[in-house]
Amino acid sequence: MVEALLSVNHLRTALPERRGGRRRREVEYHEIVRGVSFHLQPGKVLGIIGESGSGKSATCLSILRLFRQATIQGSVQLAGTEITQLKEAEMRLIRGRQIGMILQNPASFFNPIASIGQQFVDTLQSHQSLTRSTARSIATDHLAAVGLTGPQQLLQQFPFQLSGGMLQRVMIAIALALQPKVLIADEPTTALDVITQMQILQLLDQLQQQTHCAILLVTHDLGVIAQLADDVAVMYNGEFVEQSPVAQLFDRPQHPYTRSLFAARLSHRREGGR
Amino acid sequence: MPLLRRLLQHKIAWIGLSLIAVIVFTALFAPVIAPHDPLQVDLMQKLQPASFTYPLGTDHLGRCILSRLIYGSRVSLSVAFIVVSLTMTISLVIGMVAGYVGGKVDTCLMRICDVFLAFPSLILSLAVVGILGGGLFNLVLALVASHWAWYARIVRSRVLSVKESDFVKAAIVSGTRRLPLMLRHIVPYTLAELAILASLDLSHMIMHIAGLSFLGLGIQPPTPEWGAMLNDGRDFFRGAPSIMFYPGLMIFIVSLSFNLVGDALRDALDPRTERRVQVETLTSKLQNG
Repeated sequence: MVEALLSVNHLRTALPERRGGRRRREVEYHEIVRGVSFHLQPGKVLGIIGESGSGKSATCLSILRLFRQATIQGSVQLAGTEITQLKEAEMRLIRGRQIGMILQNPASFFNPIASIGQQFVDTLQSHQSLTRSTARSIATDHLAAVGLTGPQQLLQQFPFQLSGGMLQRVMIAIALALQPKVLIADEPTTALDVITQMQILQLLDQLQQQTHCAILLVTHDLGVIAQLADDVAVMYNGEFVEQSPVAQLFDRPQHPYTRSLFAARLSHRREGGR
Repeated sequence: MPLLRRLLQHKIAWIGLSLIAVIVFTALFAPVIAPHDPLQVDLMQKLQPASFTYPLGTDHLGRCILSRLIYGSRVSLSVAFIVVSLTMTISLVIGMVAGYVGGKVDTCLMRICDVFLAFPSLILSLAVVGILGGGLFNLVLALVASHWAWYARIVRSRVLSVKESDFVKAAIVSGTRRLPLMLRHIVPYTLAELAILASLDLSHMIMHIAGLSFLGLGIQPPTPEWGAMLNDGRDFFRGAPSIMFYPGLMIFIVSLSFNLVGDALRDALDPRTERRVQVETLTSKLQNG
């Protein structure tokens, strides 16, 4: 077995919840991730699927330590190094460079008052010492690689001038420009229409083949999982209820929750009938 | 510059801006414009009415009132600008730290803010000047001390809301350093509000400076300053009201024009007042019943 690139063991995340009146400053912890473990091999795609509020995004944010108030237990190892105990400054070097992330809503990913080029260049320059012109040419290359036409003009434009699909492509381009070993895609296609979704998924697939980065794909869409993932973890109420290769999950779902998830799929036939 | 264009479409802004332009112009070229030396005492000419040599007459020491008014605009404007820019800088830093770092730091800084907010600003600045004594430096210090807390509050609340937006998270996710993150993604969003507050506050500052100088705690004589001139004219009000009238008029005009510009700036920066947006909101409301 190949050594895991990202290995998460018994990850537990709890958010503080203030209870009681003003007098009693009792803080109760509400666990939103309860002992999640998985191992991500280089070049593989692990899909995490589950309903809204099941803790999918919380898992991703915990890995990158983006929760401010939460207490996080368990271990997260990146290529053998424990990253849960790292200082904030060391963590910064991992974010983006080692573990990239693309977010759900491309429209809010960008700062509305800065041009695409500026944001792209800033991201590159925060990790590598590059001159502005080199950074710009790298940006142009990556924008072309994600299938955007006229990358030069695109750099001058502002986020609100682009469509959702284009922004999603730009977001992927920025995330991959830093050549992360692991890419966390938190519902990358939820905000898009089906055709754009298809294109983005194909693009992700193609880029993943080229760069050999491992992807942690979070979604609530079974179709997306079927398209991209090698392994699937089904998440329910902060726990992984089932974890298996994608073909096995689709053919022989083990856990009752997984079966109900499959049953909830939309289809044109009215199964069961009224 | 769409902002400037929108500002210039505002008719009232025109009045305010042109008044300010005239005053700034006279302040900059005071030595050229002023007919006399504002400090030159000529007791033979004291309390003269308006004449060709002294367009607005002379005061009790025979100094040209017009020249003193012109030189006085230098003091008022420069001190007001210095105070406002210092206040903005200090409060930007404090509000930023409080809002971004949060937790205990935030609580501490905001409680200090509360202490400063608890005193009326005139009382606070009186106390500072009273302890430290008059003079230009202490005046600036007093005004900054009595105003920074308002600004810091506004910056902090703005930072708190921008901090939670997705693009700030995205910037953290892509490993941006803390300082660039603040400067590039958070500060720009606080500036619009600060600018409005500052432009409205400039007139307030000018009155405040005049007020303290009137009480003899601000700019010290013989430096020409409008508030101090008002005070000088007090004893001669019955015989020569013009000594008090003209400085008062200047304070009035300047603070009025800054207020007008501030109002116009607020309108220009507020998207809700834009006609296009209003029409769109109206149509969408009509469509939705």
